[in-house]
Amino acid sequence: MSDSRGKFGEYGGQYVAETVMSSLKELERAYLFYKEDGAFQAELKGLLDDYAGRPSRLYFAEKMTKDLGGAKIYLKREDLNHTGSHKINNVLGQALLAKKMGKTRVIAETGAGQHGVASATAAALMGLKCEVFMGKEDTERQALNVFRMELLGAKVHPVTSGTMTLKDAVNETLREWASRLDDTHYIVGSAVGPHPFPVMVRDFQKVISEEIKAQMLEMEGRLPDAVIACVGGGSNAIGAFYDFVEDKEVRLIGCEAAGLGVDHPKNAATMANGTVGILHGMKSYFCQDVYGQIAPVYSISAGLDYPGVGPEHAYLADTHRAEYVPVTDDEAVDAFNYLSRTEGIIPAIESAHAIAHARKIAGAMGKDKIIVVNLSGRGDKDVASIARYMGVDIHE
Amino acid sequence: MNRISNAFGKKSEDKKALISFIMGGDPDIETTEKLIIAMEESGVDLFEIGIPFSDPAADGIVIQQASVRALSRGCTADDLLNMVKRLREKVTAPIVFLTYANSIFAYGKERFMERCKDCGVDGVIVPDIPYEEKDELAEVCEKYNIAQIAIIAPTSNERIETIATHAEGFLYCVSTLGVTGIRDEIRTNMTEIVNKVRKVSSIPCAVGFGISTPEQARDMASVSDGAIIGTALVKIIAEYGRDSVEPIKQFIARMRDAVK
Repeated sequence: MSDSRGKFGEYGGQYVAETVMSSLKELERAYLFYKEDGAFQAELKGLLDDYAGRPSRLYFAEKMTKDLGGAKIYLKREDLNHTGSHKINNVLGQALLAKKMGKTRVIAETGAGQHGVASATAAALMGLKCEVFMGKEDTERQALNVFRMELLGAKVHPVTSGTMTLKDAVNETLREWASRLDDTHYIVGSAVGPHPFPVMVRDFQKVISEEIKAQMLEMEGRLPDAVIACVGGGSNAIGAFYDFVEDKEVRLIGCEAAGLGVDHPKNAATMANGTVGILHGMKSYFCQDVYGQIAPVYSISAGLDYPGVGPEHAYLADTHRAEYVPVTDDEAVDAFNYLSRTEGIIPAIESAHAIAHARKIAGAMGKDKIIVVNLSGRGDKDVASIARYMGVDIHE
Repeated sequence: MNRISNAFGKKSEDKKALISFIMGGDPDIETTEKLIIAMEESGVDLFEIGIPFSDPAADGIVIQQASVRALSRGCTADDLLNMVKRLREKVTAPIVFLTYANSIFAYGKERFMERCKDCGVDGVIVPDIPYEEKDELAEVCEKYNIAQIAIIAPTSNERIETIATHAEGFLYCVSTLGVTGIRDEIRTNMTEIVNKVRKVSSIPCAVGFGISTPEQARDMASVSDGAIIGTALVKIIAEYGRDSVEPIKQFIARMRDAVK
């Protein structure tokens, strides 16, 4: 799906400072080597199975299916992974790779804190030093995750530049990496950034779609009609889509954060509102003005509050292999409540965007149809902010 | 491109170039314009003007804040192009834009370079376009005779030869790891790096990143063809704002004495 220089059509590439180019080359060489290395792959599989709890379950949401009255809904339970989201898949892969490369320190950006927590976890397990960069606004929205990272032995740096959210955390982590390359690996948290990150992160996340396919064939004897996932940078979505890309009969639907509305200034709907640009090492779609200044985007979900999208998604959108739809804060919060009450599963507010879209389309689909929703994370981290959103005063 | 090679003088003269970087539109366009004129009088040989960007990932805090100040006053690429056009009536030194790729890309690569040529801009330095992505701009730069100035970093090692062979205008040699900003000490062996360039190319090499004192500027220029002063100037502008012309002139005069 990508050429040797990491381009997906015109998207992707290596738009970074010369200072980090040698490290990207070193990483690419190591990745290509260990990708084919049986011992590495066996060690990683051991970690994914025994430590992270893979394979994750594919759960038939019977009550939700009955309630919506259409397509059968299955939930891919990435929320049940260790650390509570799909992020651990990528982090275990990259941390193991970093260790094999002789790195002793990892750095990471984080939005909601899920990737930071996963990075801190993997670093603790593998004996690596870990420092996490997180927008100051996000450290406040997700204070519990900050403490969680500190419990795991990581140092958290609140980022005060720019809009103080995920994009600025990425800028700051890139700056930190450029200043200390020898002993440090940057664990990029989503399918974004310069080559080889989008390819590598996708490869570490594609286990999601491989498992869905096998589980679906076993449970239903056929492929699903649609796979739905939320998209910020797009790592859980590319993981859930990838093994189905060649199966043209499977609709692939990415749900991006429309915040207060896709036509309202406060949104993060990159595919709906973005144009092609260059940021964070890649060419892709970005929310920006006519002069290329990156827009201060907004979503209730810190994890989807990103003005860009991974280059492979840009390519899947252009080639019409995947569709991307906007979901508002209100719709996501409704879905958050809905899944909690209907299935007894509190989803991450990010994943609730995908649930919201399933609710929109399931009823109009026949009962013989099947939708798989990638439930990318659990919602424990969001309980306090949802309470605030709903105007409920809780004292912790 | 002739203006750029003139800035470095003839090989026989062994003249070292003094290169300045300031952020366009910080604190406003009028001040930037005055500063460029004043700095040429004080002996700057080549000007780098930054186009402010929302996400300057290769810059340290001082230049980031300059970007924020310029953007908060609404400074755009068009404002800076028009400014250079006005400056060309008075300023003979080469002027290059230091801009992130997205500013050019959003403007339209072809339209941007066409306007650069029209306004008298001699080159572009794009910190997030490394050798591997050079083709992004190569064709339009060539068409409008705008030099695409390449960068070499302390980590470039075996890449130096390839980059230097294809370089045009001058070669920007980054002295330290990390982002732009003042350093107490520059530890990279610049002589070794410049020698590697010399093996394959006669292109002028200028050293930048971290230079804030006349001693550092002298040392860096002595092992190369010139010194680039950025953050130190931006700091003075941050402090004095619209009144920075005089302090900048004094600072440049000291640097000019050191870089010979």
